[in-house]
Amino acid sequence: MSKEKFDYFINGEKGKYEVVIGLEVHAQVLSNSKLFSGSSTKFGADPNKQVSLIDSAFPGMLPVINEECVKQAVRTGLGLNAKINNYSVFDRKNYFYADLPQGYQISQYKNPIVGEGKVLLDMPYGSKEIGIERLHLEQDAGKSIHDMDPSSTYVDLNRSGIALMEIVSKPHLRSPDEVNAYIKKLRTIMRYLGTCDGNMQEGSLRADVNVSVRKVGDKNFGTRCEIKNVNSIKFMQMAIEYEANRQVELLEDGKEIDQETRLFDTKKNETRSMRSKEDAHDYRYFPDPDLLPLRLEQKLIDDLKKSLPELPDNKKERFIQEYGLNSYEANVLVSEKEISDYYEEVAKLSDKKLAATWIMGDLFAMLNDKGLNISNSPISAKNFAELVQSIKSGEISGRIAKEVFEIMVESGDNPKKIIESKGMKQQSDPKELEKMINEILSKNKDKVDQYKAGKEKLFGFFVGQVMKLSGGNANPQLTNEILKKLLKG
Amino acid sequence: MSNITNQSLSEILENIKSKKISSLELTQAYIKNIENAKKLNAFVTTTFDQALENAKKFDNKPNNEQLLSGVPLAVKDLFCTENIKTTAGSNILNNFVPSYESTVTKNLWNNGAFLLGKLNCDEFAMGSSNETSFFGNVINPIGDHLVPGGSSGGSSSALAADLTPATIGTDTGGSIRQPASFTGTVGLKPTYGLCSRWGIVAFASSLDQAGPMTKTVNDCSIMLEAMSGFDEKDSTSINKKKETYSKNLKDNIKGLKIGIPKEYRVDNMPKEIDELWEKGKKILKDLGAQLIDISLPHTKYALPTYYIVAPAEASSNLARYDGVRYGYRSQKGKDLIEMYENTRSEGFGDEVKRRILIGTYVLSSGYYDAYYLKAQKVRQLIKKDFDDSFTKIDAILTPSTPSSAFKIGEKTNDPVSMYLNDIFTVPVNLAGLPALSLPAGLDKQGYPLGLQLIGKALDEQKILNIGYAFEKNCGYKNEIKKWWS
Repeated sequence: MSKEKFDYFINGEKGKYEVVIGLEVHAQVLSNSKLFSGSSTKFGADPNKQVSLIDSAFPGMLPVINEECVKQAVRTGLGLNAKINNYSVFDRKNYFYADLPQGYQISQYKNPIVGEGKVLLDMPYGSKEIGIERLHLEQDAGKSIHDMDPSSTYVDLNRSGIALMEIVSKPHLRSPDEVNAYIKKLRTIMRYLGTCDGNMQEGSLRADVNVSVRKVGDKNFGTRCEIKNVNSIKFMQMAIEYEANRQVELLEDGKEIDQETRLFDTKKNETRSMRSKEDAHDYRYFPDPDLLPLRLEQKLIDDLKKSLPELPDNKKERFIQEYGLNSYEANVLVSEKEISDYYEEVAKLSDKKLAATWIMGDLFAMLNDKGLNISNSPISAKNFAELVQSIKSGEISGRIAKEVFEIMVESGDNPKKIIESKGMKQQSDPKELEKMINEILSKNKDKVDQYKAGKEKLFGFFVGQVMKLSGGNANPQLTNEILKKLLKG
Repeated sequence: MSNITNQSLSEILENIKSKKISSLELTQAYIKNIENAKKLNAFVTTTFDQALENAKKFDNKPNNEQLLSGVPLAVKDLFCTENIKTTAGSNILNNFVPSYESTVTKNLWNNGAFLLGKLNCDEFAMGSSNETSFFGNVINPIGDHLVPGGSSGGSSSALAADLTPATIGTDTGGSIRQPASFTGTVGLKPTYGLCSRWGIVAFASSLDQAGPMTKTVNDCSIMLEAMSGFDEKDSTSINKKKETYSKNLKDNIKGLKIGIPKEYRVDNMPKEIDELWEKGKKILKDLGAQLIDISLPHTKYALPTYYIVAPAEASSNLARYDGVRYGYRSQKGKDLIEMYENTRSEGFGDEVKRRILIGTYVLSSGYYDAYYLKAQKVRQLIKKDFDDSFTKIDAILTPSTPSSAFKIGEKTNDPVSMYLNDIFTVPVNLAGLPALSLPAGLDKQGYPLGLQLIGKALDEQKILNIGYAFEKNCGYKNEIKKWWS
């Protein structure tokens, strides 16, 4: 595969600009209960049904750290090849809002639980490393509902206190495509680890996007704008595209960029100023005196490290080595843990390369078509492996295999059974085939003569006749060979 | 028994155990006292019916195995009590009825006591005279023109006036020890983390600590034993084996080394405070203790440090009182911000507002390093002073307060002079250490004065023992004329 060149630049009259992007991803920690209370974190409950006295900040209530959330953050840090800090501190971020019951969010400011790490992206122009600045734990706020009543705002505290991991990247991203790859990679890693379900529709994964532009070759960063709380990759890409162009236009006009917080309007497809640097909140961070600093024993970190599952980068390498896949195939097959599991189960029982081709081709197309994902595929891995083996052994042709596949999708049946009952087995017995072909040749003597006289196009006619007679089951390769032999004679 | 309420908690417990008095009779006696003492304004809420029920229940099926069998107790209105209004002395919680019981009060009830009422206090425990309460100031039974100290002023007043056999307060910068000193009673601020903070309306989380207020040191040890203990719901709670302070109380202090810090002799300290301190030293020396001069060089920074750290934490802790979910909500205002502003303007009193402003200021960007961060560093130095001294001594003896009870209204317009009242008490909170205030004598006006014993972290037993020996040999008896009834 020839490598493409990176080409995301914005051309202005005064020069060529590159876009610099950094992301603050908020990933909901997969845990049964909230970060500092025992309330459930289940999605979709009736409003205010999963709220404890702590989540609603009643007088005298105190937070107690949920150990599982801490472990999940450490696992995620390890998955990002990051430094795990044995000492971290929870701080209070103070501001008033109706859906923030305490009047402060418990977060980590100067001493996060996870330090620098890195994520590897596979781009068409090669692999690219994106630096991670830090990962810290924090509480989510509740939800204000403004459209239920014309004169009041309703507040739902079910989310209040749910654990989030804020994963801050370095400003290493340079295009919407890289952002897409980065978010997907983060999501894949966390889903492998079981630390975040990555469900963007339910708000489990959202991001603040920092965008700046600079002329190609400039060493210094431009002034950045932060686009708050974007909850889909598509919107992130659109917001970056819009924002980068807006900034370039300003610079081209000789204007300055104000450092500010902006919102992405998904209806108008534009970013809008939310507040300027001067109006920025003073959050008055200070260590939460209700919580002691978090000290992690090295043994806990080591144990968690030992118990980590195989991560996508390693699995990809193994797929290439062990199964002889190319980099592209391996990449696709490790993108979701469930896909890689399915593939491995199939590959163990059948031809590894052919299995990859069929999974990435027909199986993905079918799943996509039906809006299913691999964990609820109508074809079990075992049945899929048998199908692949039937093709590999020559029992059925690729064309027949597609028919068998369709029947498997509808019935969920075992391919052997389908092939047997529908008589789809490929005719691969040379003697039988020879008999059949001789019969055809003797019936079509005139055509045989024409062929021998040089009208070689007729070869296809003979093949067609064989297929017709065999009900499509004749092994095409063998048919060709035998036909050639007999026509020569 | 006519004057049962005059007695100490331990005497009352004996009388109940030996059936000389029933829990009901005892409770009725206190109710009568409380009803006759409305002038003191010590109570915000009384729970007489519930108390009488509980007393009857106890009498029907007495369990004398408990530490506080059959005893009614009034507690500071900073402790959340299930289904009983809990105000923290503030308008903003004027209508607040918790659905839960604080760990400390629950511990008391689990030891056989029951609630008699909720005691007045400075608003959110911010004050040294009980004049900041939304429910009006409390009067010191020592004299009708005197403050009872604060913030646990309702507690000290009620205890000294025989309205409860013992009580509990909270101490963030002296709020147990100073009122104890002003009323001639015993007050203990335990080691930070010994008593759970769960369910106590927070003032300054890193300093707040609940503790007993009693008539005698023995009572103090009983109450501490009952109320303390590890609580997994408080992350700052100390996980250690529970001690039996009352059983281990000893009056032999021979050979103990008592530190006398030179920095506690402050300018303009009344001569009689100095004389009282001398008297205390002599008593301990006569009992066989060894006096050792020590230096706690950062003492002079304790008060400014305290008045940065405590308001900073308070400004954040009190952010939850916003009128959204519970408590007072102003009906004025056209949007959320105005609702906040009006609710908090109308809900909080001046002293609370002052401290929220100070706290917000010291945490603000550009000031954080100069104030909050520096204060945290100084706090470490103050703690280190104590740690260094405690390598060579067992306890420290100081005066509890720089004066006796002052007049109502005397300091209300001068917050700094009010704050100066905490000068001997705040270093202990900053260092997280236990300290006991003991009644030790009277000034020339006949008002009580206290001495303070400071111990090593978790060394409550030792300071209780020293206090016990001191009490026996001090010759002081708190005699209060019941002018109010």
